Amino acid sequence: MKLKQLAAMALTATLAAGVASAELVIPDLSYRTGPYAAGGTPFSDGYQDYFNMLNARDGGIGGESIRIVECETGYNTEKGVECYEATKGEGALIYQPLSTGITYQLIPKATADGIPLHTMGYGRTSAANGEVFNWVFNYPANYWDAASVMVNYLLEENGGDLSGKKIALIYHNSAYGKEPIRTLEELSAMHGFEFTQLAVDHPGQEQKSQWLQIRRERPDYVLMWGWGVMNQVAVQEAANIGFPMENFIGNWWAGAEHDVTPAGAAANGYKSLNMNRIDANLPVFDDIRTLVHDAGNAAGDGSNMGSVLYTRGMYAAMLAAEAIAKAQEIHGVSAVTPAMVRDGMEALEITDARMEELGMARVGPAFSVSCQNHGGSGLGIVQQWDASAGNWVALTDYIAPDMSVIQPLVAEDSAAFAAEAGIEPGCL
Amino acid sequence: MSADFLYGIEVIINGLMAGVLYALVALGFVLIFKASGIFNYAQGVMALFAALTLVGIMEGEVPFSHLINAVFGTEIHHFGWEVPALLAILLTLVVMIFFAWAVQHFVFRHLVGQEPIILFMATIGLAYFLEGVGDLMWGSDIKTLALGLPQGGSLWVEDITSGLGGDDFYGFFIDKLDMVATVVAIVLVTGLILFAQYTKQGRAMRAVADDHQAALSVGISLNFIWVLVWSLAGLVALVAGVMWGAKSGVQFSLSLIALKALPVLMLGGFTSIPGAIVGGLIIGVGEKLFEYMIGPMVGGATENWFAYVLALIFLVFRPQGLFGEKIIERV
Repeated sequence: MKLKQLAAMALTATLAAGVASAELVIPDLSYRTGPYAAGGTPFSDGYQDYFNMLNARDGGIGGESIRIVECETGYNTEKGVECYEATKGEGALIYQPLSTGITYQLIPKATADGIPLHTMGYGRTSAANGEVFNWVFNYPANYWDAASVMVNYLLEENGGDLSGKKIALIYHNSAYGKEPIRTLEELSAMHGFEFTQLAVDHPGQEQKSQWLQIRRERPDYVLMWGWGVMNQVAVQEAANIGFPMENFIGNWWAGAEHDVTPAGAAANGYKSLNMNRIDANLPVFDDIRTLVHDAGNAAGDGSNMGSVLYTRGMYAAMLAAEAIAKAQEIHGVSAVTPAMVRDGMEALEITDARMEELGMARVGPAFSVSCQNHGGSGLGIVQQWDASAGNWVALTDYIAPDMSVIQPLVAEDSAAFAAEAGIEPGCL
Repeated sequence: MSADFLYGIEVIINGLMAGVLYALVALGFVLIFKASGIFNYAQGVMALFAALTLVGIMEGEVPFSHLINAVFGTEIHHFGWEVPALLAILLTLVVMIFFAWAVQHFVFRHLVGQEPIILFMATIGLAYFLEGVGDLMWGSDIKTLALGLPQGGSLWVEDITSGLGGDDFYGFFIDKLDMVATVVAIVLVTGLILFAQYTKQGRAMRAVADDHQAALSVGISLNFIWVLVWSLAGLVALVAGVMWGAKSGVQFSLSLIALKALPVLMLGGFTSIPGAIVGGLIIGVGEKLFEYMIGPMVGGATENWFAYVLALIFLVFRPQGLFGEKIIERV
């Protein structure tokens, strides 16, 4: 009996200490069920298929096989936290929560447990300050970058002058939806455009009031921070009131195929940001098709390959794999710990040449990460929906955000968080 | 007339239209509660399931194809045909009738005489079960409902009303889909009332609603009536699913439209079909007017909570709802 107790204690201590395991455990906090499944499923498919492809093609990363532990969150914050608690003991190396709500709950937990979080283009924006958020990374871009990229795009469209223009933000009435407001207020003051805000309550099935207001006030542009059903309804309502779709721009969580297809031809011309370019002919897809799908190991039914969110999931997996490889290089071991992976993430450098080598040329921009900058380059493209062809067309190359506006906001917000949480900023 | 006044009227008109859509959802709750005393938590999921089934049948999708493919290693997804909309609607109704029979046969028949809270809990289980079955049968992706329902604002209405105000008034906006929903709701409610008043089954349904024991004593089959009532609720769910699904595509968030029905039921009463309609209209107009007049002062997004505040105010003065049966307890 004593021996069993001792063995159990030793096992617990081992897991708690995060000692290197024989395989690389990567949890996938997915949501394939519920109201947000249409967004969660393709992302998870891309995330898992890429790791499975690495297992089949390269034997994993650095000779260590990858074990994916999927846990269904239903995009529910409580379930997401339960998933984290249930999977961290398996030796989880990195978490991609795919939910701003879950991210906010996991930031203190993951920090205490010493497991890195990658919140790619979502989550707490000021986590870009790695001196405060040592264990949280939101590269290659964050919400405030997105807001600034949108305004920079509109500046470009209007000959560099937005003074006197009316720009409305229609947003999901949640922490996620409110993220860009502060940035847009700053940019409004800087560029002289009139900024109005329209909140839409969860889930966003009913938006008549907001779109009647837009019809009355006739803004020049409408920007959208939506997710789930809010996106499809907004696109349909915009078409209903005859709002010019080319002046309606969603962020990168409002720019998937399923956001526009329900509205049919009426969605033609709608624009959105994207942090990852899409290209159905990427060489990496050949490997995934041959080694994963044809082998019967696809995470889904294979129908999502090449879509915006599948590509984003695959891109996220690639960034995780590159960070793990970097960690192996830095520490000289193949069986890395979460702390080593964090080091790898902080030393990550993605170049155009490396993207091409990985079979993902131009899917994401070149960027590097440092202790001071966990947010990457902040670049994004603008894409437009072509309803007749049924695909997104990239309108621009990667557009840079205005860091002179964003950096002070990041510094201010992260300093407030550090003071509140009693964190002494610094590098690990 | 001033533009503000005219836009206020536009908000009221659109509120009425939205109210019709809320009433469509609330109707299903009322039908089941009136006949069996069960508050059917699954009504929203039934709307989702009905709409999913309609699209699946129309597009010739193989039900449970993901499961079949996973078990047998096959690659089947479609039958290779498409079904005309009318036939697909009829087939969907058959599925909803089968669902009604199954619910009665496998669940509620075994719970006769149980406390209302037990029956309510059973419907919660039913909701999650049905959502899971819907996912397994038809997948979780968003589906486009290609019934050819008109969408967009009516240009005719906009043109003939644009002269009512000055340059800053652009005419009334009325969504063509909302107009269709209103007509469908009128037809549906008229049909339900005629069915309840003038058919044998309808009269039996009313008898059961009035008094189960008395209905049993004159030879009315409770089982049959409850299957009938759940089938009618399935029909209402299909109509609600189609109207809401036409706006957003058929997706799993459709199940959340039940949330829109709750304040309508609180206001209109759980046992009255006219109550569901009037309640829907009051909630629709009330929340839209509040958002129009007060929303901008408090940051907007007031509709969800204001609908409940409005319902609570009515509840304080008429606990049984506007049209509900008065609660009289004799000692």
